[in-house]
Amino acid sequence: MKKMLSNPAFWRGVASIAVFLILWEIGSRSKQWMAPEFFTPFKEFLGAMGFKKDYLPWVGAVPAPSAVLDSWTAVFVDTSYWQSWYMSFFRVMSGFIAAMIIGIPFGLSLAMSRVAHGIGFPVFEVLRPIPPLAWVPASIIFWPTQESAITFITFLGAFYTIVINVLGGARSIDVRYFQAAQSMGASRADIFRRVILPGTLPSIVVGSAVGMGITWEVVVAAEMISGGGSQIGGTRGGGLGFFIWLSYVGGSYEQIVVGMISIGIAGFVSSELLRWGGRYVTPWLKAR
Amino acid sequence: MNEAATVRPHIVPGEISVQGVSKSYGAIHFRKEVVHDCSFTIERAKLTVMVGPSGCGKSTLIRLLAGFEQPTAGTLTLDGARITGPDRDRLVVFQETALFPWMTTWDNILYGPRARGQLTKEALEFGEFLLVKVGLQDFRDKYPGQLSGGMQRRAELARAMINNPKVMILDEPFRGLDAMTKELMWEYYARLFEENRRTNFFITTDIDEAVFLADRMLVMSNIPTQVRAVIDVDLPRPRKLSDLVESDRANDIKKQALSILHAEAMRSFSRGSKAAADFVEAYLKRASRV
Repeated sequence: MKKMLSNPAFWRGVASIAVFLILWEIGSRSKQWMAPEFFTPFKEFLGAMGFKKDYLPWVGAVPAPSAVLDSWTAVFVDTSYWQSWYMSFFRVMSGFIAAMIIGIPFGLSLAMSRVAHGIGFPVFEVLRPIPPLAWVPASIIFWPTQESAITFITFLGAFYTIVINVLGGARSIDVRYFQAAQSMGASRADIFRRVILPGTLPSIVVGSAVGMGITWEVVVAAEMISGGGSQIGGTRGGGLGFFIWLSYVGGSYEQIVVGMISIGIAGFVSSELLRWGGRYVTPWLKAR
Repeated sequence: MNEAATVRPHIVPGEISVQGVSKSYGAIHFRKEVVHDCSFTIERAKLTVMVGPSGCGKSTLIRLLAGFEQPTAGTLTLDGARITGPDRDRLVVFQETALFPWMTTWDNILYGPRARGQLTKEALEFGEFLLVKVGLQDFRDKYPGQLSGGMQRRAELARAMINNPKVMILDEPFRGLDAMTKELMWEYYARLFEENRRTNFFITTDIDEAVFLADRMLVMSNIPTQVRAVIDVDLPRPRKLSDLVESDRANDIKKQALSILHAEAMRSFSRGSKAAADFVEAYLKRASRV
């Protein structure tokens, strides 16, 4: 902690966020400070450019950070807001973990067996370009519950990235490692366990990190489109994506921003967790 | 040394015989012959150094000797038995490092016995002995990425030696090290060989390295690879680099080998090889100095 406080990089980060918030606050209060006569020519200019005259373009229409904070403290005590956190996290994690459980062995078998590659890869390559969101209507039809449909879509978001990374990682292991292991009398099983698996781990970590990002993008959109699934625990409990959608429909712009920031934090937390886990399983990478 | 004797397994040096070996790559119309009718012997308990211009097919020969690839024609035998695949009786120490980056020094050294399920008390003791022998006892739990280039090569030597191979094959193992470290590694490696007298086959492009290390020197032709000359390097062992610089005999051998390599380079230069042009220029500079 002390180390962090004496680190200039940490304070640069703090300053960056502070400046961002201040500019945002000033920008969204532009309707107030642009009221005086003095700003009339500027307003005319904005009008001529095709913007609304009364405030700065874009940022003037966004609720100010102070207003967002107010709104946040209001929903902070609302259990359904936290229910949304839980729902989104649960969907992301179940989709993501399923993608790891299926994707890693699938990618490894594509890399190791010519037969598996011949059978599996063409289908995979045909399905891969289909964006996960294009699956939303189909999966709502195919899956028995909306919950399973949303989870399936988040699964797809991470699955392709993980498989491609595992495949590429396993293939790019230096052939000398195999030759060395082979000459020292290693069996196929041993080469898999002590060469291929650890050799692919860095790519698995990278693939997972990218996959995790996509999962958050996908879950939010899926929640918006599908209407949040079963709304356990009140109207705001359908996941963070649905929380934003409801706020939009209800006209609470502050809450939209609350939802957006919540997703930002959630995404940051999950990739931080992943990075930590990644460092733990690949200790040799940081040791340079 | 007495303590070591209890730990060390008995060394059985092997002898490899290469008879009329050829190797080509590519489909019929694009066939390129890399090794052509190549014959030589890697004599028992000797350090044979193969020296030749870069890109002359030495690495192909290594793959054949290790059994990673099969020759198009001819036979390779170890103590009379045909080489058909990779085996721990012929271990390769690779160009640059092939240590597993995800294992610590200690785990890398123990890889062979562990992979074969022979991690016995003797193997562990021998591992300890080798770790000290290569001077890495303080780097036991470090990953290869944390070791210097010289340490990596030494760890790799230990990783090969723990398997007690009949023949050690080294493919330009000290390439890429800086000049100082390289000389240190030469003396170090020569001492290691002088102690255990295992059959060693060492490939290099560096003539100084070859003369300092070799019992026998095979001077190679350009592609397709053949042995141009066999030179017996009858310098006394144990050798020291400082002695060698002043030795007339060593300089004679060096000149002899260089003139063969020069003739070889001239030949491929006339066939349009740019690498050969570099060699010819370097040779002429050197010849005027010696």
